[in-house]
Amino acid sequence: MSTETVEAPVVKEKEALLSKRRKKFVTDPLNDDNPITIQVLGICSALAVTTQMKPTLVMALSVIFVLIFSNLIISLMRTAIPSRVRIIVQLAVVATLVTLVNEVLKAYAFDMYKELSVFIGLIITNCIVMGRLEAFALGNKPYDSVLDGLGSGLGYSWIILAVAFFREIWGSGNVFGYPVFEAIGIENFATNGLMVSPVGAFVVLGFIIWVQRTKTGYVEH
Amino acid sequence: MRQSNGYIIVFSLILTVVLGGLLSGVSQVLGPAQKKAQDLDTKKQILGAIPAEKEKLSAMTPEEILSRYSEVISSEVTNYQGEIVTTNEKGEPVVAENVNIEKNYKKTPENRLFPVFKYNGGSEQAFILPTFGAGLWDAIWGYVAITPNMETVIGVSFDHKGETPGLGARITSDDVQARYRGKELYDNQGDLVSVTMVKGENTPESALGPNKVDGMAGATLTANGVNAMLENYLGYYQNYFEKNVRNESMTMNVENNNQ
Repeated sequence: MSTETVEAPVVKEKEALLSKRRKKFVTDPLNDDNPITIQVLGICSALAVTTQMKPTLVMALSVIFVLIFSNLIISLMRTAIPSRVRIIVQLAVVATLVTLVNEVLKAYAFDMYKELSVFIGLIITNCIVMGRLEAFALGNKPYDSVLDGLGSGLGYSWIILAVAFFREIWGSGNVFGYPVFEAIGIENFATNGLMVSPVGAFVVLGFIIWVQRTKTGYVEH
Repeated sequence: MRQSNGYIIVFSLILTVVLGGLLSGVSQVLGPAQKKAQDLDTKKQILGAIPAEKEKLSAMTPEEILSRYSEVISSEVTNYQGEIVTTNEKGEPVVAENVNIEKNYKKTPENRLFPVFKYNGGSEQAFILPTFGAGLWDAIWGYVAITPNMETVIGVSFDHKGETPGLGARITSDDVQARYRGKELYDNQGDLVSVTMVKGENTPESALGPNKVDGMAGATLTANGVNAMLENYLGYYQNYFEKNVRNESMTMNVENNNQ
């Protein structure tokens, strides 16, 4: 059959592991198609967990893990999933992965578990995860889906880490819990209480979006 | 065929079994580690009520914390009447560290079990009492270390589930907790009045006196929760101190003795 002869050359010209097309899966969400600042998804957790950098980093790693593996699993199953129940299947996979993360944190990083508990659970409802599954993993091969998950995860991570950096340094004068202002000899640095409350995250995120859109020229229609 | 009801049902069943099996397997494997982490956390909070111990805690490894705990803390369980409880209704031994304060909180005070942690750090003795209550949004709890005559607060460690960061959540901060140190639980008439956090911040010490501590600006409702929690639990433990501690204690206060 003709289909077989068409498939053969595709296997021969096997795409490089990090071809230009695939690199775009990772780099696009970092800036031009950022899940938080452009698609405006996952805002809830970006506001809630970013008072300090350490929990934010754990949150970022958790989201990257969930994104990569949910993308991979859904992509592997994509031809078997009945389309009428695909949302609930995605939800089940995401919920399982999130529960895994939660259990591991509870066992090996109890302090982080206490601090993040609710928000780890809320990764299930993070629109980025379901969004990527619907928009990408259901229609693409596993490896591409993993790259896509990594890209979106990193795009989410650098934004929340940036927000957390400014909130922690202005709100408590620390970076990763390290008192930077005391270290450089400024003893009476006036911390800004607004930065510690969620309002501070809105302000910082607003500035980041402003700067980013000034540079990229992105306009919402 | 992919859209037939039969296929969907079989697919869902297999998915449920696989994912469910995976989760229960993981929870079996991680269970012991989780229990250990929880245990360590409880012991850290108990030790953290003593200021002298708290300073050292952050530099200690988990093993050092556990061995320090077993070295300086001995525990027992009491009931509302102040009697020592050693077995539960099923006849199983009761361990103070395993008494779930939150579960007990749902019973009426008369039916609760109250763990008591006795601290003996050489030069300093204390009773560390767990407390539990409601903050503004969710549960708050803590450990209060008081002198053996039940008169003075040595230190407190508070924690919370969902108080507002930067406002009510400040009950976990060192500077707020330090305000409780050295405060008195009894007033001039010898009545148990607990320690109350006032409304508003930066109240001068002279205006506070021995029974009050400075408040947290913007978190009066959380402070009210803390006040109620301390007052309730100190009241519950009063019988225990009357029966078990005062009688043995050589440093009895004449005033309190007359009660």
